[in-house]
Amino acid sequence: MSIRTEPVTINLGPQHPSTHGVFRLRVTFDGETVVDVDPVFGYMHRGTEKLAETRSYVQIVTLTDRLDWVSSMSNNLAYVRAVEALCEIEVPQRAQFLRVIAAELQRIASHLMATGFLVNDMGAFATPLMYCFRERERILDLFEILCGARITLSYMRPGGVFQDAPKAFWDNLDALMKEMPIYIDELESLVTTNEIVLARSKNVGVLTAEQSINGSLSGPMLRASSVDWDIRKSNPYEIYDKLNFEVPIGKNGDVFDRYLVRIKEMRESLKIIGQCVDMISEGPVRADVPYNIRPPAGDIYSSIEAPKGELGFYLVSDQSISPYRCKIRSPSFMNLSLLREMLVGWKMSDLIVILGSVDFVMGEVDR
Amino acid sequence: MYGLGLLKGLIVTMKNLISPGRMFTIHQYPDRKISPLGLSKLEGKNVISWGINNPVKFLKSLLGLISVPDKIAQSPRFRGQEFTWYEQRCTGCASCAKYCPLGIIKIVTSPSGKAVPEGQKYAIDVFDIDIGRCMFCGLCVEACPYDALHMGSGFEEGTYQRKDLVINVDRLKSAPKKPSTWFRPQLEELGYDPDSGDEITWDQIGRHERPSLSDQEDKWVKR
Repeated sequence: MSIRTEPVTINLGPQHPSTHGVFRLRVTFDGETVVDVDPVFGYMHRGTEKLAETRSYVQIVTLTDRLDWVSSMSNNLAYVRAVEALCEIEVPQRAQFLRVIAAELQRIASHLMATGFLVNDMGAFATPLMYCFRERERILDLFEILCGARITLSYMRPGGVFQDAPKAFWDNLDALMKEMPIYIDELESLVTTNEIVLARSKNVGVLTAEQSINGSLSGPMLRASSVDWDIRKSNPYEIYDKLNFEVPIGKNGDVFDRYLVRIKEMRESLKIIGQCVDMISEGPVRADVPYNIRPPAGDIYSSIEAPKGELGFYLVSDQSISPYRCKIRSPSFMNLSLLREMLVGWKMSDLIVILGSVDFVMGEVDR
Repeated sequence: MYGLGLLKGLIVTMKNLISPGRMFTIHQYPDRKISPLGLSKLEGKNVISWGINNPVKFLKSLLGLISVPDKIAQSPRFRGQEFTWYEQRCTGCASCAKYCPLGIIKIVTSPSGKAVPEGQKYAIDVFDIDIGRCMFCGLCVEACPYDALHMGSGFEEGTYQRKDLVINVDRLKSAPKKPSTWFRPQLEELGYDPDSGDEITWDQIGRHERPSLSDQEDKWVKR
């Protein structure tokens, strides 16, 4: 007996717990197999790029906090670096170290959240996620000591950081540096060898190196597909050329490799922070930059390695106090460009896992 | 062996369940239940002697009927609600209003009638901060040239109506003077902590001394 079947199109989202935000995916299923996907963006469009055109260069720092709200420090760093390149501002050495420490702490926090939600999507409901959040909380506490806020940080300014780190920050950072490797080991022993995780993630959502380069992916997504590309190494900014660290590379480009790359990157970030704490010296933390900056006319593209990939700012200046144009190249948006290649042919439950492995934040996708 | 990874994971969760350093701490906010041990510690007494003297309290706390207000530690730089404003330091220059990214500060001034050597001192008639739209970026505080406006340290400012969220000049005057040390290095040098410290007056908070009259003449009048 043959059953008459036909493809069914359903909406995943925009309000769905496992799409990590207001992300809508129109999926066509044949039975339980994905036949076609059609992502719909724009539910969280807040016009950041347009708002930037009416604000002064310092005020835009507060807008960048809200792009990718789990890695505000990296957004701040990407933006202020673009402004500094536009105005050719020399940043004091101590400020650069402080920025790198803050950005690497943020990378750990972001990867912890990505890992937690990925495992949550695989069915380990809430337990590893709560462990990740407990560890992330320590980093947020550090940020509160450093700049008085936990999520919307606004720590960096064109020309440095707004204020030097207090003594309590260094004490707490030392304590965290001792405990964090234990936390990551614990998380790994909970997740990495787990048979259910392996069955759900090995060889799922594979992207080849060629595919991911053509899709202009970046960050852990690209490195999981065995492409050695990290802006911290290939085009060192701040003080990364003085630091000794490795860029972890995956093999197959599947969900498991993306998870593994993130875990390894957390360890490398800890190494970087340790070196920075040893190398940092006394000095000013903010260059003498006026509050209202009027950069010379021109344009600049400057990018950094944010936790999710290459985050770039393209600024056009017309010598006024606000930019003429501010284009944001956000990694989450670019990493979603290969959804069809990743998802088609997989089952419904794999779709959720693959979406979790992309690690996107809608605030950055829609801007 | 299949299932070894699962067992390893179970060991981790068990460790987190029982080891004291790894347990989840749950904050019961704003009040937390307290044990006899904690209550006697709070009063600075030995738990046995305290229990004999206060048997009713002892039993009640044993049953979890006694709760004390809980305060979560916050760092001195915490950017809180309820701005701290010093009328004596403010000249009404409206730098804060200009630098606010959202434009939520409204200042109306009038000449106070008394000309002082260092610029004109204005009387402040309206100083409205619309907290409902404020994002606590602190740029207004950074912009203040006279250290008159500071971030506050409180955060429990819930209201029933949106219009109550607008802080006017009277509320600013009567607000507790417990500024956050955000962007105020002179407060950090003092070792001031708004969480535990007392209120701080306007003459303790300046970044520099007020110039003497002869200084002012040398610098501004004779120039």
